[in-house]
Amino acid sequence: MSASEQPHPTRPSIAASTGYRLGRVLAPNRAYRWLAGRIEARPRLRRWFTAAERHSKQRLFGCRMCGQCALPATGYACPMSCPKQLRNGPCGGVSANGDCEVYPGRRCVWVIAYERAERAGHSADLTLLQRPVDHRLAGSSSWLNYWQGRDEGLWTSDDGLAHPAPVHRP
Amino acid sequence: MTAPGPTGGAAGTAGGLRAALAERRFAVTAEIGPPRGADPAAVAEKAALLRGWVDAANVTDNQGAHVRMASLAGSLLAARAGVAPVMQLTCRDRNRIALQSDLLAAGALGIPHVLLLTGDHPCFGDHPDAAPVFDLDSVQLVWAARTLRDEGRLLSGRTVAPRPEFLIGAVENPFAPPVRFRAARLGKKIAAGAEFAQTQFVFDVPGFDRFMAAVRDRGLDGRCAVLAGVGPIRSLAALEFVRTKVPGVYVPDEVVRRLRGVPRDRVAAEGVRLCVETIEALRAIPGVAGVHVMAFGYERGVPEILERAGFRRDRAGRLPVGGGVGAG
Repeated sequence: MSASEQPHPTRPSIAASTGYRLGRVLAPNRAYRWLAGRIEARPRLRRWFTAAERHSKQRLFGCRMCGQCALPATGYACPMSCPKQLRNGPCGGVSANGDCEVYPGRRCVWVIAYERAERAGHSADLTLLQRPVDHRLAGSSSWLNYWQGRDEGLWTSDDGLAHPAPVHRP
Repeated sequence: MTAPGPTGGAAGTAGGLRAALAERRFAVTAEIGPPRGADPAAVAEKAALLRGWVDAANVTDNQGAHVRMASLAGSLLAARAGVAPVMQLTCRDRNRIALQSDLLAAGALGIPHVLLLTGDHPCFGDHPDAAPVFDLDSVQLVWAARTLRDEGRLLSGRTVAPRPEFLIGAVENPFAPPVRFRAARLGKKIAAGAEFAQTQFVFDVPGFDRFMAAVRDRGLDGRCAVLAGVGPIRSLAALEFVRTKVPGVYVPDEVVRRLRGVPRDRVAAEGVRLCVETIEALRAIPGVAGVHVMAFGYERGVPEILERAGFRRDRAGRLPVGGGVGAG
């Protein structure tokens, strides 16, 4: 699938457990931040790196390069492959058999996300409030953004009581 | 929940859903679908049927992705006709700029309640060639509306003054997979700022009972008024339509058997009876704050359903008095 096609629910081709392991490997640290800085200083290297991320994540997750990866909080199923690109869970139109309302015969990506997260003991992740997408980051490398701290505050565990968290990124 | 203003705003009617919830009365809402056309009387006629029977009426936003008169205009017309509107606003057709602008417009016109939802995909409507926008999702839109109202800030962080005062509502479908996530999803909307929630049609009362148990377990019923969606199925064709053509509606086999088991000329009456019985059953479920009657274009039948379910035409719905746009 290319990012220019309409989004359609995509079942990841790797197990959620592999995703969570990968997530731990990619967790930001000083070395990654240094590396991201070096890559971003060289436009050709940056393009190459971004293309590598695009190719691998498209194959694995149906990634659409939103540039602000939600996978760690969604059972490693990509919410941007939802036809409505919902970041906070499934819409109310999911068929009784779990299929997407827009693409009958394809399982809702949020049903997939829920099943994967629950099996991995991560279902609480799905209750996080996901902030709106920053469309300026579309097409950029979410790994570089992640390592450089540009996507901090993508989500919050706020429960709306006492001092509600702001909807805009802190 | 912020306190209601003395008049409920320029377009508001006395009372409304906010007052019903504040007084802990069992609330009743219904639906007004704006016309495909520019006739203001079409809204006024539907509102006149509901006036006094409901605390508020939802004015739908291009329902089913079919073009209709805007919900903001419909809401204003409903208010003029003496029914407190719940302005529906979906993420389908507007980006965050337009959504926030419409929320400010609703505030300026004194729309007392807004219902914020994702919206049906354009592929189901009369313009399947339209761009699906979905810049925000429903949780984010609720969050933006709460931030706008309570903090006077836009998504950009910029301040607005004065702030709108509406009550914020959301929807939930207790029956759509993953069913065990639905109470948690409602919890997200409540954390984002939803003060009332209307549900998809309930035909499966035991299933709804399980959903409400999960809502109560999470302590959500104390933070948000849940209004259960109901409606009469009045023909076998309508039964087939809601079963197969309306995304997210679940009709259990028992209901199908019951409606198919009566002579054709009795289906309408049986459907209304089923709806009345459903309302009575829902009233007995702890945490249910009211019912939301969606009548599939059968607005004239709503009073009869409500009367048979034990309600009276005693809800504040008098014509607004004094100045303001609402006085028409």
